[in-house]
Order: sequence, then structure tokens, then C-alpha cells
Amino acid sequence: MKSSIEKARTGDLIFLNLTRTFAAFTLLVLFAIVVSLVWSAMPSIREFGFGFLTSSEWNPPAERFGALVPIYGTLATSIIALIIAVPISFGIAIFLTELSPVWLRRPLGTAIELLAGIPSIVYGMWGLLVFAPLFGEYAQPWIAKTLGQIPLIGNLFTGPMLGIGVLAAGIILAIMIIPFIASIMRDVFELTPAMLKESCYGIGGTTWEVVWRVVLPYTRVGVIGGIMLGLGRALGETMAVTFIIGNASIFINYSLFQPGNSITSALANEFAEATPGLYTAALIELGLLLFLITVVVLSLSRLLLHSLDKR
Amino acid sequence: MNITPDNESLVPEISMRNLDFYYGKEIALKSINLDIYWGKVTAFIGPSGCGKSTLLRAINRMYDLYPGQRAEGELIVCGKNILAKDVDTIGLRAKVGMVFQKPTPFPMSIYENIAFGVSMHEKLSRRQMDDRVEWALTKAALWNEVKDKLRQPGTGLSGGQQQRLCIARCVAVKPRVILLDEPTSALDPISTMHIEALIAELKKEFTIAIVTHNMQQAARVSDFTSYMYLGEMIEFGRTDDIFVKPKDKRTEDYITGRFG
Amino acid sequence: MTLLARRKLINYFALTLSLAAMSFGLIWLIWILWMVFEQGIGALSLRLFTEMTPPPGVPGGLLNAIVGSAIMVSLGMLMATPVAILSGIYLAEYGGRTWLGRATRFVNDILLSAPSIVIGLFVYAIIVAQTGKFSALAGAVALGLLVIPVVVRTTDDMLSIVPSTLREAAFALGAPKWKVITKVTLRAAKAGVVTGVLLALARISGETAPLLFTALSNQFWSLDLGEPMANLPVTIFRYAMSPFTDWQQLAWAGVFLITVGVLTLNIIARIAFRPMRGH
Repeated sequence: MKSSIEKARTGDLIFLNLTRTFAAFTLLVLFAIVVSLVWSAMPSIREFGFGFLTSSEWNPPAERFGALVPIYGTLATSIIALIIAVPISFGIAIFLTELSPVWLRRPLGTAIELLAGIPSIVYGMWGLLVFAPLFGEYAQPWIAKTLGQIPLIGNLFTGPMLGIGVLAAGIILAIMIIPFIASIMRDVFELTPAMLKESCYGIGGTTWEVVWRVVLPYTRVGVIGGIMLGLGRALGETMAVTFIIGNASIFINYSLFQPGNSITSALANEFAEATPGLYTAALIELGLLLFLITVVVLSLSRLLLHSLDKR
Repeated sequence: MNITPDNESLVPEISMRNLDFYYGKEIALKSINLDIYWGKVTAFIGPSGCGKSTLLRAINRMYDLYPGQRAEGELIVCGKNILAKDVDTIGLRAKVGMVFQKPTPFPMSIYENIAFGVSMHEKLSRRQMDDRVEWALTKAALWNEVKDKLRQPGTGLSGGQQQRLCIARCVAVKPRVILLDEPTSALDPISTMHIEALIAELKKEFTIAIVTHNMQQAARVSDFTSYMYLGEMIEFGRTDDIFVKPKDKRTEDYITGRFG
Repeated sequence: MTLLARRKLINYFALTLSLAAMSFGLIWLIWILWMVFEQGIGALSLRLFTEMTPPPGVPGGLLNAIVGSAIMVSLGMLMATPVAILSGIYLAEYGGRTWLGRATRFVNDILLSAPSIVIGLFVYAIIVAQTGKFSALAGAVALGLLVIPVVVRTTDDMLSIVPSTLREAAFALGAPKWKVITKVTLRAAKAGVVTGVLLALARISGETAPLLFTALSNQFWSLDLGEPMANLPVTIFRYAMSPFTDWQQLAWAGVFLITVGVLTLNIIARIAFRPMRGH
């Protein structure tokens, strides 16, 4: 009898420590990523210091590297993507939670979720081979004639109409993150207690007033968390951007029609062919920057989403 | 079912004639006939699932939000059959307010919680709105407790205060009818007492229909009581009569606690 | 205009915009899927599955890329799944509220959405740079690292929704904890855990970025884990970016295969999960 209890206790101890080791392993991976990237980027960090962030020169033969162009590309494409994707996703989420006939809710919701799972290479390839030619021929002239005429922001919409470029990459990115943000927003909207919504209907509110004045304020934290999660995804997305951003490391001007480069596209295009040494180290430093930015964005989003769950 | 008036004239504010209610194919209310009188408190009692909440939610057409739910027959509120297709539910709900089982303060300040509903139906100046908010909070016996923190979120109040805030929010729109769906089921005895005292005050200006699980509460606050069972109205009459000498055996069993 | 009329107009306007947003979102996605299916089915042939990736101007298939992808994906799954399920068990059954548990859960959530290209860089730094060459093994490790957070998260979630009465019933029989977990809790959550594994599989099947500088690619047939290995995503990337139409055709065929594969996996995962609903 004693021995069987002993056996059970030993079994428990082994199993506990086994699972704990692997849990710690996950934790270790994050630190290993940071440490190994810092280590590998060291030559570049030592050589360029803070100048790496402010220089727009990317000149492999002369071994002069600055991250401004890819940083601009990453931020510009992500911001364009959010400007387009957030209102659209909001509309979709309202449609799915308040407006859609019930029999359509599940199939549409499932379709949106499935689309969020399609690999980004599909979006990228479609963007390059189908979207970009049409965009350059029809949409860009029209945008130049309308948005391009507005003072201050007009300069963003001038230049060569190649189809590919920063703007096109931002749009493809938007299309890609719409299903993703929309399904998170729908999930948080559904957390609103039915009784709270009924209270607003109960004093004569319209559907829009219920959504705008009750559902959105109630779920605000979660909605922001969802948007940040989408931002994290846009910042780190590689294939959807690389196909279509144009891969130009020379900075001409801020125009969104210009081909550009993002951190991820610079890595995707140049890393495998980069000469070891400073060139590789500079690329790894780019990756490190990207990782740090996304970790901050994702941490914030998780904290926000978590605080809504707790309510 | 006719009620003989005792020296007072009873004016029906809400009349139900052969009202049936369906959840999909399932019938939840069977041929309900009933009048809810102006300025009186009418209580609905009965075991869970008897349809008393369903009945309440028919009066402001809250069921509209859920496909598959529908009412048939006649339900006359303030002289209009509100089951008709062309009824404007927004206007109806401005006239018929509702308070729920749990306090449901909106995610905004105490002041805005009240002003929000009012601003939907009336265009008031800043000054008028301030007056209206004070008036409603006073009606709900909450003004003294919150007058110094009107800008704080409504969710920061205690449960009982939150529920009175919801009553104030409902009163502020100046409805004719107030529907109370088990308004004290989530509250402690002291808060419950506050709300019951409030109901007695409110019936001077509003018609009140209350669903409750608590028979003592029905006996304390209501003028008329309706006992429902399995979607049917078993008995309806003056509260005193129902509790002292119920006509139906089933009502008696329920009231005396032999069942339910 | 009365206040009511104005409110109704705003409502109508907003809801029309919502409908427009829904249609806008769907139109792009239908367009993309339509092109993938149209071009992909047009490019399908038996050759795809019997011949190697060709140089430009020569007919060929995707056999080496398909096999290479299959090898690296299965290897990545095999390495990562046990690790992930065990750490998921730790989070749900042991240390969920301890310091280690909270930290792990938080970090895991971050890794879940971390840029996959950075995982590629990491594996480059710890394997490729050390061994001095790109290899299929490095590719498999990179894919495995992407599997871990997905499976940890679902295992944790699925074990957490197993009713505690079930655990208590097993404990009441005098079973040790590890037996309760492996024989009762884990079994009750089986469908959910399988769903997580399938979703992870779907995710890495289409991943391109982490393979770019780990497994690289290979024009030829190779089963050597120590050498660069062909794989579908990188091949698609190279062929689609090329100016040659026959290469682009192959890229469409590849993208079609990946899309169908990923969608099928997602649908199977949903069906597998269905018995769990209702708990």
C-alpha cells in the first residue's frame, strides 16, 4: 500500500517537473531571441550607434547602413493599412453582431475567420500579379487627381504611377488584416451583456446609438487591443509587403507612389545574399528593431484585451 | 376577467386581448386578456418559465431584437395596437420604459447616463438638461447621494444605487409606463426596501408593471396581481383579494408555498 | 427635420455604411480567392506532382518543393507538438497562477503574433551561422518555433474549460494527479487540443518568411536535412517575382495548392472542435 502511494508521488513529481521545464522553455525562447539578435547585430550597433536610426543611406558596397528608409516604409505601410482596415473592420463587426440576419451570421463570421487564416504569400502574389497593374493604370491617376490636389497631404500622392509602391503595399496589407481585426472586434462586441444593449433599446435607442454610445464605450479597451494586435501583424508582415512595395532602398521623397522598402522586405530580399560581416549585422539589427517595436505593441494589446476579459 | 371598481374609476393604460406569444414554434403565452390600469402597480407572479417576463417584454416590443419571437392578438398601449406592423418602436419605447433584473448603467458618467436617453427624444438647453437630470435623480431618491459626483462613472456606484440610477434614467425620458423586470433580484434587503419605497412614490405619476419572484414583494407594492402558470393567466385581481382569498386552487397553492 | 427623423436618418446612414463595409471586405476576398482558383486550376497538371522545379523556359513541376515542404512541416510539428502540449498542461493544471505560469502565458501570447521573419533570423543566428550553411533542419526548427505558441495557447484554453467536477471525480477515486491529467482531463479536452495542432499545421504550411534564410530553397531533389531544401512557399515567391510566364504559372499552381490545403485544414479543425462545444 505504502509503495503504491510512493509510486504515485514520484510519478507526480516527474510529471510536474517535466511540464514545468517545457513551460520555462517557452519563456527562454523569447530571451534567446533578444540575446542572439543583439549579439549578431553587435558589429552594426558598434559601428553606427544611434546614427543607424537616422541615416537614410543604405549602401552595401561601401558598407554604410542606415535604417530610415525601411523604418519609413514599415510605418507608412502599417499606418495606411490601419487607416483603411479599422473603419472597414468596424463596419463588418457591426454588421456581424447587430445587422446581419441570424442565418447569415455564422456562415459570414466563419468565412471572415477562414480568410484571416490564408497565408500572406497568397495576398502578396495576388497583389503583384493582379492588383498592381490595375492599380497603376486606373486608381493612381484618379488618386493623383483627387487626393493629390489637397494642400499639405497632396505631395504624398504624386510621382510615378507604377502600381507597385508604398501605397499599394499598404492597401494589400489592409485587405489582409481586415478579416483579422474584424473577427477580434466581433468577438469583443459579443462580450457586451445583452441586458445592457436592451437597456439602451429600452429607452428608445436606435441600433446605431446602441453600438456607438453603449457597445463601443463598453468594449473600447478590447477594440483598441484588437487594433493594436492588427498593427503588430501589419508591422511584422513580410510576404504581402515584399511582393509589392518595390524594394528600393534609395529615398527620393515621402511620396507614397514611390517604390520603397520595409524592414521585412529588406530582410526578405537581401538577407540570404548578404555578405557576412557588417551587411548581415545591419540587417539583423533591422530585425531586432522590428522585434522590439512589435513586442511593445503586442504587449500593450494583450494587456488591454486581458483587462476586458476580466470584467 | 372584470374588476368591479370600488368607488374609483380605473382607466386601462394597457390592454391585452387574446395575446399569444411564440418563441419560434413554441408557444409561450396563451391567449392573455388583461388590463393594466393607469397610476396603479400591477404585479406578475408565478414560477420560473411561466411567461411573466415574456409578457413584460411584449409591451415594449423588446422581443423585436430576437428573430423568431413574435406576438399575435391585440396589445393596446395608450390607445394604439402596438403589434401592428407600422408601429414606431423607438417612440413606443420612449413612452414605455424598462428596468432590468440587474443594474445596467451605461459606460458613461452618472450625468450622461440620464442625459443620454433624454437627448434622444428632446432638444433641451444645457440648463434645462441640468434641471431634468436633477429632477429624475430626485424622483429615484438618488439625488442626495450623487449630486457631488455627477461626472463620475455610473459603474462606480453600489448595486442598489446603480439600480436607482437605471430607474432615474428611465424616468428622465418621462414615459407613461414603467416596466420593472425583477428589479430587486440582484439587490440586498436594504436596497430592495429603497426600491419598494420608490415604487410607491412613482405610481403617483406613472403606470407600473412589475415582474417579481418574491410574493411578499408583490403583496407589498402592488395594487393588482396576476398569477401566471405555463404561459396562461390563471388569476387576475386586486392584490388584497388574490392574497387573501384566491379563487383558483393553483393560485392558492403557489401563494401558500405548497408549490413553485 | 424633427429630432426623431434626424436620428433615424443617422441610423439608416450608419447601417448602410456597415453593409457597405461588409461588401467591401468580401469583394476583395472573393476576388483574391477567385483569381487563385481560376489561375491555379488552369495551371494544374499531373506534371506538378511528378517533375522537379524547372529552369525558365523548360516545362516542369513542383515535386521537390511539395516533398520538401512536407518534410520540413512534419519535422517541425514532431519537434514542437510534445513540447507545446506539455507546457500547455503546466499552465492549465499546475502553474497557471505562479510567477512562471503568468510570465510564460504572457510571453507565449507575444510569440503567437511575433513577426515570423524574426523567428527566421533567430534560427539563422543559432543554427545557420554556427554550422555555416543553410539547411532543411534549420527550416524545420523555425517552423517548429511557430507551432509552439499556437499549441500552448489552445492546450491551455481547452484544458481550462474542462469542468473541475470531472477532475474532482477522478481524484476522489484516489488517482495521482499525473494520471488524472493524462487519463481524464487531457482526454476530455482531446478534440480541442487536436484543433490547436491542426491550426498550427495550417499556419506553418503557408509560412514563407522564416524559411527564406533557414532552409533557403533548392532547384533540385534533395532529402538531406543538412542541405538547403526546396519548399513550396519560397519557390512560389521566387517564381512569382520572376518575369517568366511559365514560372508565374507554376507559382499560381503552388499558391492554389497551399490555399486549398490551408482552408481544408482550417475547416477540419472546426469540425474536430465541434464536439467540444456545449461544455
